[in-house]
Order: sequence, then structure tokens, then C-alpha cells
Amino acid sequence: MGQSEAGTVVTAQGWEYSPAPERTRPKIDSEYGLFIGGEFRAPQTGRVFDTINPATGERLARIAEAGQDDVDAAMAAARAAGPKWARLKGRERGKYLFRLARRIQECSRELAVLETMDGGKPIRESRDVDLPLVAQHFFYHAGWADKLHWAFGGRNVKPRGVCGQIIPWNFPLLMAAWKLAPALACGNTVVLKPAETTSLTALHLAKLMQEIDLPPGVVNIVTGAGETGRMVASHPAVKKVAFTGSTDVGRKIMEELAPREIPLTLELGGKSANIVFADAPIEQAIEGVVDGIWFNQGHVCCAGSRLLVEESILESFVARLRDRMAQLRVGDPLDKNTDVGAINSGEQLRRIQSLVTAGQEEGAILHDVQSAPLPDKGFWFPPCFFTGVQPAHIVAREEIFGPVLAVMSFRTPEEAIRRANMTPYGLAAGIWTDKGSKIFEIASRMEAGIVWCNTYNQYDAASPFGGVKESGFGREGGLHGLRAYVQ
Amino acid sequence: MSRLPVVKTGKLWIGGKWPRSESGATFVVENSKGETVARCALASRKDSREAVEAARAGLAPWRDATSMLRGQVLYRAAEMLESRGDEFTTALRDGGMAAATARREVELTVDRMVMLAGWCDKIHQILGCQNSVAGPYHNFTIPQACGVVVAFCPEDPPLLSMVTLMGAAMAMGNAVVTVVPRSSGMLGVLLGEVLAVSDVPSGAANILTGDIEPLLDPLGGHREVAVMVSSGLKKAARTRLRLAAADGIRRVHTIPWTGTDWEDDAETCSPWFLEQFVEFKTMWHPAGV
Repeated sequence: MGQSEAGTVVTAQGWEYSPAPERTRPKIDSEYGLFIGGEFRAPQTGRVFDTINPATGERLARIAEAGQDDVDAAMAAARAAGPKWARLKGRERGKYLFRLARRIQECSRELAVLETMDGGKPIRESRDVDLPLVAQHFFYHAGWADKLHWAFGGRNVKPRGVCGQIIPWNFPLLMAAWKLAPALACGNTVVLKPAETTSLTALHLAKLMQEIDLPPGVVNIVTGAGETGRMVASHPAVKKVAFTGSTDVGRKIMEELAPREIPLTLELGGKSANIVFADAPIEQAIEGVVDGIWFNQGHVCCAGSRLLVEESILESFVARLRDRMAQLRVGDPLDKNTDVGAINSGEQLRRIQSLVTAGQEEGAILHDVQSAPLPDKGFWFPPCFFTGVQPAHIVAREEIFGPVLAVMSFRTPEEAIRRANMTPYGLAAGIWTDKGSKIFEIASRMEAGIVWCNTYNQYDAASPFGGVKESGFGREGGLHGLRAYVQ
Repeated sequence: MSRLPVVKTGKLWIGGKWPRSESGATFVVENSKGETVARCALASRKDSREAVEAARAGLAPWRDATSMLRGQVLYRAAEMLESRGDEFTTALRDGGMAAATARREVELTVDRMVMLAGWCDKIHQILGCQNSVAGPYHNFTIPQACGVVVAFCPEDPPLLSMVTLMGAAMAMGNAVVTVVPRSSGMLGVLLGEVLAVSDVPSGAANILTGDIEPLLDPLGGHREVAVMVSSGLKKAARTRLRLAAADGIRRVHTIPWTGTDWEDDAETCSPWFLEQFVEFKTMWHPAGV
């Protein structure tokens, strides 16, 4: 999209939009310490790193880099806080979480803006999706704390102890909520390691924990890069490890923990199929495909990154998808009209670029209808899709984690099932058809942990999330998500 | 005139067939007096890979059968176990078990199989649920078979643990490769003979006898294996199995050997035990007109 005059935005259709910037500005400190034992501390490493706004490239703050001594201190704090937190009546533990949920709601606009500034996602998404779900996760799990006995068929369950949790950069605060809420509700204490590029909202969540008087040490947050994460996962004090991130890192954590008898849950990568049958509600399917791949710049582990369209409607469907894609507004994430924001980091941008180049070199046809230039500063990649994709092509096999869709076709339901399952991943799948019996048959045969039927990318605190095969194991959310946090 | 007894050669059970080990190796099964009772095939790494291929082929007909039918097949297996109870008792006694203890283990095993048969069409109602989401959607979570399960059986209790691990995996709709240690070799062969006459589809269940250690890497690292469950492995072997499983992000479950009461249904036949052999699938559909 181009800048015609005085900031007015012109889309491919020629419609004009005035800028609609979100004006709330959260207070951002110049430097953040590690959250250990209920207070912010300078790192013993003495090292800090910058966290930047990926839409501008500007530094937002300096973040502490935790080393082994810091991780040890966080673990000691979590261990010290454990017995008292575990002994607390479930009702009382739950009330802390209810309080926290309320504080999150009260601060939700500031947190949404902060999330958008630190991570690059459109404010419309952080405001309407991330933050409401964050609050819901704490509300939902708060209510489990005094009902655990019944959650497990009358068995008396106990917390596991200190949980080491490592989260990614695509939904920073939401992933923190997914990990923290069930662990705390079940009476565990936590050492959480946010992603290197997106630590800010977790650290602001820590401030809210101080405000609601959460007992010190129940949650500890150590910031840093992959090495800090490895220290958390492999720490001898940890009694349960939960990781969300890439399959490669998940594999390393499995190897690291092989000699230990502690439970592990992994929520890893995906290459999920979105299957559109000729008898689908086409308008809804188009919107579902858009939500499936271009939501959050495609930085979604369960993104519907492989579109399988029944051959008889392929041509018309692709034409409509192209038209719809042209209407997506790419740009300032803080503009309330923006659909696709900034790529989270330079590193991720380079990865997307190299995979798209590989796709072109293999002969797939790139459709990129963003005629207007992208912003000069920051990290950007326009929404796009490939046609002429063969199953063996790199863009059909590898997780791109960007706004890049691979379109393929099929002739029979059997072929659709076979192609959808022809991947080492197994996180999610989408099915679009108006025929109920077809939905049940295809859904039951998808090798995936989540199947969205005539919808896509829906999330809820009550709905278990997680994959099969190389997309990991264990569930987060719902009754099934509690199981990893009790013994 | 004395008659020369016919001594059985125990073979592997793979894909509904009874091959010897491709390596040709066997091991001797002795009774508690040191007399040779039988020889069993010593499963090789290649045998283990063939068993996984057979299980993969046998998965669909077993998994896609109705739960009611799977329950009937397992109940039939319980009937066959009961009618061949004397053979199992003898094999247990050959391993040094007292007569009364051996008879009791056979009875517990038959009863365990009956219980597992009954779980086939009920487990979904206990482990699955409807999720009340904050929007106009129907959302439910159902347990499904994982795929191919490999069960590494402990030496003790030899028959009950074997049938529990194998039967639990099968009751949940998985195809299974059961690895039986030398000391229970003949029990493994007898169990295969029971299942072979119980309408189990070819390949849905497979039994390998011999040494477990050499099979940890080929089975643990096999991409067609979804889940590994073990009991009685030493720490080094458990670590090795988990390392082998890491490459393909496979599920590894360890049932503690010490402290597990295999006779207690609450410990080894509860929904929480069976949960190790299912994957959960959550389905969303909009509600509206």
C-alpha cells in the first residue's frame, strides 16, 4: 500500500483509509531486571540486551540476560515458595488467580499496546484476541484450583513442584498465561523464560503479580536467549518442563532430559492442512483461509499453511483468495485498521525470505499482490501464496512461520486425507464442507491434535490445545491441560 | 514303551505369521530344574523392524473396527486364555513359580483381559468431554488410537504385565509390538497362539521374544512407532530409549517396576493408565443457522 498524501493509505482497490492510530502508550522502563522472589533484580551476569520494536527497529528497553547463577536463584526462590503455595487451600490459590485475571482486564489496553510494540502484531489482534484470552486463561484456571479432586475422578492429586516453562515470541503474553495459569492452579511454582525478542509483557505481568500480592517466589521470570532456556529446562530443581517452540529445540530438550524421570510437554511446529471441498460455504472458507495463514503474520504454530482445494473449484477459489489478499492492509501495527503487522525479528524475516526464494527456485508460482511499498524501517513481509506447488516442494514441507501459503489441489476425499497427513507434523487441520457426514469422517482421520471444521484458528481456555507426531505431546487448556501439572 | 515328547520351538509372531528369527538365532528355555523345555526364536533388529511394518499394516483394520467389535475380540482372547490356562500355568511353573501362585496369575490375567475388553467402548466417555467455549461453537475432545505402540515387558509378573500392556494398547485401538524378555519367552509364544485364534486382524498384534536391549534403538528410533511403553528397564536402558525417541518426538511412558501393583485395577487398568495409549483430538464446529 502506498502513501498518497498526508498519511492517507491507498489499498489495491483504491479505497482510502485515514490513519487510525491507537493512542494509549504504556509506560516502558528503560531497563528491566529479572523477576525473582517477588522483586526485580539486576542480573548477576551484568549483561543486558536490547528489545526493539520490529515495526521501527527502535529500542524499547534493555532486558537482563540471566546466567546460571540467576537461574539458580530463581529455582531456589521457586523451591522455597513451593510448600506453602501447595498447602494453600485450592480456593485461596484460585482467588489469587481471579485477582490477577481482574488486574489483567483492567490493564488490558496498555498490555495490548505493549505486546504490539514489542512483537509487531496488529493492535486489532493483541486487543481483540490475545488479551481477552490471557484474562480468560487465568479466570478459567482460577476456578479449577478448588475442584482438582473431581477433575481426576476422585483421585487425590498433588502438585509436581517447580515447573520450568519456556515460551515463544509469537503470542508472548498468551503463552505465558497458557503455561502459568494451569501450573499455579494446581499448586506448582514456576520459573518462566520468555522469548528473547518479546520479554516485555511477561515482565509487566510480573508487576501485576506484585500488585495483587502473589506470594514471592511463586512465579519467577528469567529473561535471555536460548542458553538461558536450556539452563531452565535442565535444572535439577525442575520437576516438570513445558516448552512451546520449534521442533528442533523440542528435540534437544527431549535429549537433554532423557536421563531424567520428569514429565515433559512439548508444543512444537506444524504444517497444518486446510482442506476446502467443492461443497464448502465458499465465502466463509475464504475468510477461514485468510485467518488461517495471515493471522499474526503467519507466526502461528497451527497456521493453515497448506491449502488443499478440491480441483473442480481450484481456479475460482484461487482468484477469490487473490482478491481478498489484496485487501489486507499491511503496515503500522498500532493502526487499528492494520491486518498484517511487522515480522517479529530480522532473523525471522531472513528465514521467511530464504524459504520463499527456495520455493520460487523449485518452480512454484508466487502470488504477491501488495502493489504498494512496505515501510522503510522495521521488518516486513507481504502476505502471499504459492500455486503450482508439489508435495515435495520445500514450501509444502517446511514450517515457514510467516505469511506464506502453499496452495495445492486434490480430486477425492481419500487423496485429501492422504495429502493432509503426509507430513511429520500433526498440530492442526481445517475442513470446509457443508456436508456433516464428510466432516466427521475427515476429522476423525486427520492426524492432528486440533481439527477446525468450517472455522480456523479458534482458541479458548476450556479447549485443549496440542499436537501429535512431531508437533509435540501433552495438552494445554481445558481439563486435559491440567494433567501435566499434577501427580 | 516310553514315548519321546515333542518339544515345541517357540517362534516369533509377526503379521499373523510364525517366522523364525531372520538371524536364525534361538535361546533355550529351561525349567527350574535346569532341563530344556523349549527353544524360542531370538528376535533380531531386523525382526523388530519387520514387526513394526506389520503393525503399521495391521493398524487400520483394528483401529477402524467398531469399539464393540474390538471388545468382542478381546473377550474372545480372554476365553482362549482361560481354556488354555493349564499351559500358561505350566509355563509359569517352569519359570520357578509355585503352583498356587502360577494358577492365581493366570486367573488374574484372564480377568484383566475381560476388564480390558469392556473398556473398548467406554473409555471415550470417561476420557473425552465437551468443552464449553466462550463463543458459538460446539467443541469436544475425544481420545483416539495413537498408532503403533511398542511394549517392552518386565520379567515380573511375567504374564499379567504382558497381557496388561499389550491388551491396554489394543483396547485403545492401537496396533502393538510386544517385546518379551527371555525369561517369559514361552509365555509370549503362548499368548501369540491365543491371539491368533481370537480374530485379531493380521499385524494388529505382534510378539517378539528375546533380549530387549538390542531392540531399544531400532524400535525407539522407528518413525512408524508412535508410543513406547516400558517397565522393568534399567536406568541406562530407559535413557537410551528416550534418546532414540527424541529424534522423532515419540512418546515414551515408563511404568515404574518397583512399586507398581499389577494386580490392582486402580493402578494398571484405570482410565489414567489407559490414557497412555490414546491421543486427544479436539474438534471445533460453529453453531448457527
